Amino acid sequence: MNKYVECPECAALVQPDADVEVGELITCPECGTELEVTAIDPLQVTLAPQVEEDWGE
Amino acid sequence: MKVALLCSVVRTEEKLLMAALRERAVDFDRLDPRELQLPVAAEEPVPYDIVLVRCLSHSHAFYLTSWFESRGVPCLSAHHVVHTCGDKWLTSLALARAGVPTPATALALSEPSALSAIEQLGYPVVLKPVLGSWGRLLARVNDRDAAEALLEHKATLGGYQHSVFYIQDHVDKPGRDIRTLVVGDSVVYAIYRQSQHWITNTARGGSAQPCPLSSEIVDLSLRAAQAVGGGILAVDLLEDQQGKLWVNEVNHTPEFHGALEATDVDIAGTMIDYLLSCGEAKG
Repeated sequence: MNKYVECPECAALVQPDADVEVGELITCPECGTELEVTAIDPLQVTLAPQVEEDWGE
Repeated sequence: MKVALLCSVVRTEEKLLMAALRERAVDFDRLDPRELQLPVAAEEPVPYDIVLVRCLSHSHAFYLTSWFESRGVPCLSAHHVVHTCGDKWLTSLALARAGVPTPATALALSEPSALSAIEQLGYPVVLKPVLGSWGRLLARVNDRDAAEALLEHKATLGGYQHSVFYIQDHVDKPGRDIRTLVVGDSVVYAIYRQSQHWITNTARGGSAQPCPLSSEIVDLSLRAAQAVGGGILAVDLLEDQQGKLWVNEVNHTPEFHGALEATDVDIAGTMIDYLLSCGEAKG
């Protein structure tokens, strides 16, 4: 898979861990935006969903 | 056996749970609730023996468990457990019915009756939304001025659920609460969640420290878990100034990333072993 993906917020290159999963949340080291990995090969991310009122344990 | 893991985003917990499934060579699919459609009149058999519910969203967990169970597939947590634990009022009723000590609590459905209930309990009280988690929108109310303002704001600004006033006696705890994890008939660990703030959730910055598993903590945790239907549950306990323990909440989709630094227990492995035993018992 690609090692890097572009942050959709700041365009920095983000490198997830090698064992990253689809659905995993990662943080852009440049702008701190939380990203959700949506595909592994090729690597794709989107802005992570915002917390909603019924989220929790 | 085939397992369905229901989760949208993958956090530390879900990653560890998937690793534990793989270590045990368990066949599983991760199902993203955002991508599912649930036909009432489904004819195709559901190809899973058990569902592990790791939804962030309570409504996702509530509706998905209702569907899987209607198709004969057991869920952890079960639908009735999600229903009870997802609503603080239903949890309070279940705990009280089982004789589990829980802080004095009242429900009121209008501002005047809420104010009366607050004054009957006596200040300070805690107002909580009946739905919600992670310590969000909790309010400690210290006097009548604050109570009147808060009730007006909740009724005016919030959705209808914020006019369901859940009012609880404030337990003056010693800067910490206790979180335990119940898996089946066992209490897997206990941790203190410490904070300078009166809200001690790790989601709000509380730090985790080891807590000895006393017989009282074990007994209360198991009784609380049983009261809401059992399974894999996180129980929150409060200590008052006299050292008495009160069960505050029971959580149906336990998070445990905060506990990883405070316990050596293989939490994910223990949860998966229990899940598999439930799946085998069903089969």
